[in-house]
Amino acid sequence: MPHSISPESTPIDDPAPTTSQIDTASHARSHADVHSQDQDVAMGEADNADAEQSKVKLEELFDDEDSDEEFPSSAPQVKSEDEEEEEAPTTPINISSKTSFSDPEIMRAFYQRLFPFRYLFQWLNHSPNPSDGVDFKHREFAFTLPNDAYLRYQSFPTADLLRRQCIQLLPSRFEIGPVYSTNPRDRKTLRKASAFRPVSKELVFDIDMTDYDDIRTCCTGANICHKCWAFITMAIKVVDVALRDDFGFKHILWVYSGRRGAHAWVCDKRAREMDDAKRRAVAGYLELLKGGDQSGKKVNVRRPLHPHLDRSLNILKEHFQTSILLDQDPWAGEKCAHLLQLLPDPSLKAALQRKWDSAPSRPSASKWADIDAVAKSGALSKTSKDLLEAKQDIVLEYTYPRLDAEVSKKLNHLLKSPFVVHPGTGRVCVPIDTRKVEEFDPLEVPTVTQLLSEIDEWEGGDEDDRKVADWEKTSLKPYVDYFRGFVSGLLKEGGAKRNRDEVDSMEF
Amino acid sequence: MSVAYSRVDPKRRAHIDPKKRQFAKAEFAQQHYDHRLNFYEIPPTAEITLEEFETWAINRLKVLSELESCSFRNRSPDETAEYMKPILAKYLPLQPNSTSSQQLQEERKKDHYSHFILRLAFSSIEDLRRRFSRLETMLFKLRYRDDDPRERRAFVQSLKLDWEEVGEAEKRELKEQLLAAAGLKKVPTAEEMEWFKVDWERVPDLVEQRRVFVKRGVAYVPQREQMSLVLAEFTKRLDAALELTSRALPRLDEDDRLSPILAHLSQSFTTPEASYSESSSLNGLSALTAASIDSLQPSFPLCMSHLHSTLRRDSHLKHFGRLQYTLFLKGIGLSLEECILFWRRSFKLITDDKFAKEYRYNIRHAYGDVGGDANRRGRGYTPYSCQKLLTEPLPGPGQAHGCPYRTFAPDNLIAVLQREGVTDRETLKSVREDVGKQRFHVACNRVFEWSHRREIKKVREAGTWSAADLDTIVHPNTYFKRSWLLRHLGEGNAGVVQHQEGERMEE
Repeated sequence: MPHSISPESTPIDDPAPTTSQIDTASHARSHADVHSQDQDVAMGEADNADAEQSKVKLEELFDDEDSDEEFPSSAPQVKSEDEEEEEAPTTPINISSKTSFSDPEIMRAFYQRLFPFRYLFQWLNHSPNPSDGVDFKHREFAFTLPNDAYLRYQSFPTADLLRRQCIQLLPSRFEIGPVYSTNPRDRKTLRKASAFRPVSKELVFDIDMTDYDDIRTCCTGANICHKCWAFITMAIKVVDVALRDDFGFKHILWVYSGRRGAHAWVCDKRAREMDDAKRRAVAGYLELLKGGDQSGKKVNVRRPLHPHLDRSLNILKEHFQTSILLDQDPWAGEKCAHLLQLLPDPSLKAALQRKWDSAPSRPSASKWADIDAVAKSGALSKTSKDLLEAKQDIVLEYTYPRLDAEVSKKLNHLLKSPFVVHPGTGRVCVPIDTRKVEEFDPLEVPTVTQLLSEIDEWEGGDEDDRKVADWEKTSLKPYVDYFRGFVSGLLKEGGAKRNRDEVDSMEF
Repeated sequence: MSVAYSRVDPKRRAHIDPKKRQFAKAEFAQQHYDHRLNFYEIPPTAEITLEEFETWAINRLKVLSELESCSFRNRSPDETAEYMKPILAKYLPLQPNSTSSQQLQEERKKDHYSHFILRLAFSSIEDLRRRFSRLETMLFKLRYRDDDPRERRAFVQSLKLDWEEVGEAEKRELKEQLLAAAGLKKVPTAEEMEWFKVDWERVPDLVEQRRVFVKRGVAYVPQREQMSLVLAEFTKRLDAALELTSRALPRLDEDDRLSPILAHLSQSFTTPEASYSESSSLNGLSALTAASIDSLQPSFPLCMSHLHSTLRRDSHLKHFGRLQYTLFLKGIGLSLEECILFWRRSFKLITDDKFAKEYRYNIRHAYGDVGGDANRRGRGYTPYSCQKLLTEPLPGPGQAHGCPYRTFAPDNLIAVLQREGVTDRETLKSVREDVGKQRFHVACNRVFEWSHRREIKKVREAGTWSAADLDTIVHPNTYFKRSWLLRHLGEGNAGVVQHQEGERMEE
C-alpha cells in the first residue's frame, strides 16, 4: 500500500491556540510522545466526566480552530485534547437500550471515533495525498441533517474537513455524488452554468428488496430475514461476475445498504469516466425483468440465451430450488394461478389446474416437479423445448437481479456513502466481501450503539507500543480492514500511473 | 463557405501567404464525391448562390422534419423507409454509383452543402444541436440501410475505423458464445461467421440490448451489426463538429447576408412535438379542485385512468407514475395548491410529515414553483406527450406509468378496456391487432372514437367541429380536452358537471 505519504504527515497550519485551550493543549502535547501514558490520562479524565462536561461544550465551539489532528482512529499517537475530553462524557451515557440511533451524542461519537474517514478519502481521491488531483476536492457530498433537511453540493479539500463537518452537523447519513468540473461550492460564482458539470463517478448499482415484493412471501415492507436476504445474495453473485468477466472491471465494492438491500460501487477508472449513454448500456445489459404489474410474463428473452443470461441461469438454478421453492414457497394455495399464467401450454395448464385444485396444500417444490411429470404423461400439446424455455423464464423471473436501474444510468446520481449509519436500523453500511457473500448476514451487522459499547468493553493493551484505534476495538474491524484492502488495491493501479506522470513532469 | 457573385471574403483570402500563393492548392475547388454516403467531414468550399443556399437548406429541413414526425408516430424502420421514399426522392435524391446518372455529383453536392448550412443554423443552441444530430443520424441510417451492399462496403472501408477482426482460432474457441450472443441458431452462413472486436464503449446500444458477446471489456460485433458501429461513429463525429461550430459561430455575425437566412432557418425548425399550452385549458371547466378529479376520470385516456385507479387502490404511486400524473393534472388546469391537496388526500397511509418531506417538493418542482432558474422560468415541466410515454423505458415491477397499450400484456389490456366500458367486439379485436403491430396510439384513438362515437357523429353532422379538431390524438391532455368537450356539448360554460358522468363511473 503506498502509504509512504500519509495525510497526517503533511504539514497543516496550526493556528495559535485560543486562551481557553492553552492549558489543556500544553497538557496534551506533553503527553504526545509518551504513548503508554496517554491511555491512562484518558481513563483518569473519564472519572471526572461530570466536572469536564461544561468544558467540553466550550471545546466544541473551537472545533474549527484545531486542525493539526486529522485521523484519530489511525493516528492515535498525536491524540489531541478535544478527543480525550469528549470520550469521557460520551461513553458512559449513551449506551442504553432506549437510546435512539440518531441521538446526537451517538452520532458525534460515531463520526469522531469510528467512521473511517481516512480510507474513504483515499478511496475517493485515488491517492493518499490530498494535493493529488481534484477527485476528492471537487466531489459532491450531500448531507441529510438531523432535522431531515437535505444539504447538497458540499465539498471538502481534505478528509479532515469532511470529518469536521460531520461532527459539527451530525448528519443522519450522507451521500456521495460525482466529481464536478469545478468545486461544487463555487458553482454559483461561475459565469456560465455549463462550466459546472459532472465529470466522473463510480458506476453504481442499487438493489433493493422493495422490487421483490411481489415474489417475497416471508416478510413485507422494511422487514427482512435470512430467507429473503437470499434474493440479494443471488443478485450480488450474478451482477458481480458479469461486471468482472464481461466488462473487465476489477475494483467492485459491494456495500450493505443498512436495511434491506445492497449497493455496488465500480471504481475502475474506465467505469468512473463513463458517460450516461454507457451507464445506460451497462444497466440495460444487466436488466432483464421488464413490464409493470399488468404486463403478465416479465421475462421474454430470445433463444439461444445470451452468454450472460446462460451463465446467470446456471448460477441461479440451485438457488431456485432452495431459496425460492423451499424457503419462499411462492405458489402455495391460490397463488399457483400466477405460475399457470406463465406456462405457455393450454392443455398442460388445464391438467395442472385440476391436479392442484384437488390438493390445495401441495408445496411449491412439488408443483414445480408436477409440471414435468404431467407433461411427460402426455398433457403437453407444444414441444418440450417450449416448456423448457418457459421454465427457464420462470426461474429467471423469480431469481434474476432486480436492479433499480435509474440509479445506475445517470452520472450525477447520488448514493449513500459506505460506513454511514442507517437511521432506521442503526446498522452501519458495511462492505460485503464477495468472496464470502454467502456468509454475509445482514442481521449480524453491528449497530452503532453496539459498536460504541464495544469500545468501552475493550480490554486489550497496546500491542507493540502501538496505540489501538477505536474502530479496531470493535466488530467493525474486519469491515474496515476489508475496505482498506480494497482501497489499497485501487490505489496500486492508479499509483503506478501517477509515478510515471511525475517523472514526465520532472523532465519538463 | 462563401457565397457567389461577390469577391472572395477578404478574411479567407488572407489565409494564404502571398509568397506561397502560387504553390498553394486551389482552396475553393469543387469536391468530387466517390460515395453516395457522406460523413460530412470536409466543409464545402466552392461557391453557391444565395438562392441555392436557401432552397437547399429548406429542402433538407423538410426531410428532417418528416423524419422527426415518423419517430413521433412510432413508425417502424420499414414503415419509415416506405414513408420517406417519395419525400427523399423529391427533396433530397441521392442515387447510387451504379446508375451513373448525370445528376450524381450535383445531388451529392446538394446533400453535402445543405448539411453544412443546417449545421450552421442549428449549432447555436444546445437543444437544437441535439435534435439536429439525432435527425441527421436517422437520415444517415435510412440511407445506409438501402445503400448498395458493395458501395456500402467501399464507403465503410474509406472511413478507416480501427476494427480488429476476430481470428479463426479465437472464433473456434468462442464459437458457442458468439453464436448465442448473435442470436444465431446453428449453421450460420460464411458472412455470419465474421466478427470484429472493439472496446464495448463504442457500441453501447448493442451492449444494452445484449446483441453482442462481451468479454473483459471487449465487444465481439457480428458483421451485420456493423451499422450500429458506423452510426455511433457518425453521431460522435457530428456532435464534436457541432460543438466546434457553435464556438466558431459568433465570428459569422458580421456577414449580414447569411445570418438572417440562418436565423430564419433555425426558427422554422420549431418543434412539431405535440406540446400542450396552458392557454388551451377549457372554458367550461372552471375552478378545478382536488375533489373533482374523481368525477373527471371517465374523460381520461387509459394511461391516466390506470394511474388514477392504481392510486385509489394502493393509496400510493411510484415516482414516475406520480410525475406523469401530476403533469397531466397540471395540464388540465389543476392549480398547484389543489394538486398538492389532491396528492395529500390520495396518499392516505402516510403522515403529513412524511408527505411534506418526500413528496411536496417534487410536485412543486413539476409546477416550476421551486428549483433552478430555468425550471422556474419555464414554469416547470410540460405534460408528457404520447411520444414521450411511448419512448420511455418500460415500467418495472410495481410501477404503473407509461402507455398501457404498450406496457400491458394484450389479455390484460383487453380486460381493462372491458372494465372501462369498451364492449364492442370489433373495436377490441382491432385494438389487439394494432397493439400487435406496435401502433399503440392508433389503438388508443380507436378506443376514443368508439367511446365517443355518438358525440363525434353529432358534431360531424352539425359541422361545428373542423377536421383538425378531430385529428389523431397524440397527447393525453388532448384526449382529455376533446373527450370533455364532446361530453359537454352545448352546455356552454357549465363548470364541472357531475351528474352527467354517472353512466360510466365504475370505480
